[in-house]
Amino acid sequence: MTSAAVSLIQSAIMEPCQPWARYVLRWEQWGTLVEMLATEPLTLLAAWADTVQVHALFDDAETGTILPVSVAVEAGTYPALSLRRAEAVWYEHMIHDLWGHRAVGGAEIKPWLDHGNWPITHPMAPRPGPPPRVPEPPEFRVLEGEGMMQYPIGPVAPGIAEASHLRLTLRGDRIVAAEARLGYTHRGTLALMRGKPARTAARFAARLAGDATVAHSMAFALAIEAALGVEIPPRAIALRSLMGALERIATQLDILTSQGALLGAAAIQGRCGLRQEHLRRAMAIAFGHRLMMDCVVPGGVAGDIARGGVAAVRQALDAVAREVPDLRRLYQGPAVSARLCGLGRIRSGPHPVQGDTDARTRARLDAIANDVDIAIRGLDRLPTEGLSVSMPTGSGEGLAQCRSARGEVWHWVRVDHGQVAAIFPRDPGWALWPLAEAALRGAPVADTALICCSLGLPVSGLDL
Amino acid sequence: MVNWPRIRRVLPGAERAEPPGPVDASALQSLTERLEAASQVRLGRSLAIRHVNTGSCNGCELEIRALNGVVYELARFGLRFVDNPRHADVLLVTGPLTHTLRQALEQAYDATPDPKWVVALGDCAVDGGVFKGSYAVLGGTGMGVPVDLTIGGCPPSPERILSGLRALLEANRA
Repeated sequence: MTSAAVSLIQSAIMEPCQPWARYVLRWEQWGTLVEMLATEPLTLLAAWADTVQVHALFDDAETGTILPVSVAVEAGTYPALSLRRAEAVWYEHMIHDLWGHRAVGGAEIKPWLDHGNWPITHPMAPRPGPPPRVPEPPEFRVLEGEGMMQYPIGPVAPGIAEASHLRLTLRGDRIVAAEARLGYTHRGTLALMRGKPARTAARFAARLAGDATVAHSMAFALAIEAALGVEIPPRAIALRSLMGALERIATQLDILTSQGALLGAAAIQGRCGLRQEHLRRAMAIAFGHRLMMDCVVPGGVAGDIARGGVAAVRQALDAVAREVPDLRRLYQGPAVSARLCGLGRIRSGPHPVQGDTDARTRARLDAIANDVDIAIRGLDRLPTEGLSVSMPTGSGEGLAQCRSARGEVWHWVRVDHGQVAAIFPRDPGWALWPLAEAALRGAPVADTALICCSLGLPVSGLDL
Repeated sequence: MVNWPRIRRVLPGAERAEPPGPVDASALQSLTERLEAASQVRLGRSLAIRHVNTGSCNGCELEIRALNGVVYELARFGLRFVDNPRHADVLLVTGPLTHTLRQALEQAYDATPDPKWVVALGDCAVDGGVFKGSYAVLGGTGMGVPVDLTIGGCPPSPERILSGLRALLEANRA
């Protein structure tokens, strides 16, 4: 059964976007849609903009339909999604910082990516503005109360980590509230990709997140290929899928290695670290790069799997498969499981992060076992022919999705005569950080790093 | 700090740490020359390293974390990571220097006691890498603080990072 919101969306003007048509709503239709979101079960996957429209990507959980919708920006404003959807707030901040479009009727607009240090404002706008006279330091919600204190972490965070700022409000050793502030690692990726040929722009997609470089490269390539109606050859499809699985396994092992270190569980840290290292060496033998950066390109893959690569990857995967039962056993040990159970509980969220830290760890181990199966099956049945096709210099619009270790990566792209005219990559981090703020509430401050690590919070991918 | 030699005994496939490769010879030579030219106070035989991220994609971090683990066992060379720049001899900087993180880098540099070394790690930290020319990026680490050693690569492999860091140790020892 189609819900009222979906009917409303599908009654609007359709724009060709492959493979999911994009619906351009009139201002009042968009307003009605926002009101409906209070009761409709549509999931907001992303929101972004171009110079003239604001776009949102919905997932209709009931029918599994993907719905990209847009509204024209009028006098620099558009009706806010955050009126009914709290998860839209950060997107609205980002849209304002990059394009200058202001959401009206929702949450107050705050600086997000733009900390007031750029030489321009609204860099993606047709006419960027002058820089502010005085940089605006981040403002945090201050909770007043008996025995409350503020505890800042970052942006030069402890450990070997990404740059983010977490402001904790503590009472004693308990976290009363947590507020994240990102944008420190914003590199202007979208502006760098705009106007470049697809192959050149792919290098930036590959550098959105180092531990999801294959996932971002693949989502970008798939979106470009959808936009231009390109079909890639069978061996390229199989190699991409293999690389995707290998990257997910390696990144999950990286998260578990760090988690083992935070737990003081040297056996877990050592085993996960060792398997990860051997897997990355096999990846380097097979594809020429330890992270497989720039190996997936629009039109196919950059090169074939090297001679000896199949055997090296197979050996590393077998070792991971043998390790998984041992890791499960180590995680069930009393000292470890007592610390993880009940910690950083998330009541509802996307699958791998739901539940407590213990549940998330088990979900990661399941994901590793699953991806090892996918990768081994892929290795056994590599089609013989076809690594890439040349890309036509056509125009079009495409949307694509790819799984990463941290969640779903989505890329939307508009291509104009073979060049990227507009792009938005949605990193899974957009959904994870708000959950982290909730998961930290009530936890002991000493477990902050452990909870954040178990959620696998990325920074660079959503700082753009 | 983890007692890796002890863990190794029960970890099949990791019986021995990765045999140390060669020290980066050109880096060693230029570092030694710089030391002599400046007649700089030498650091000790062990170095405390503080990692500073100035806009990285997490690729360099991944390889640094590998270096710190069971396979490469950084501690056996007298190299260790610390959380506070006040305890550090070396700042290991990754990522293109974003406008937003320049102040944080300068603060970390000022907090690090003399004598200190700054290592720019990865193509982005060397000169801004692919992000050169972006409105949000100043360029390499050198746009914020003086750099003593650069280690290129996108990202550099753990062996390459290790070879560069050991050049720092050797230059101080010479």
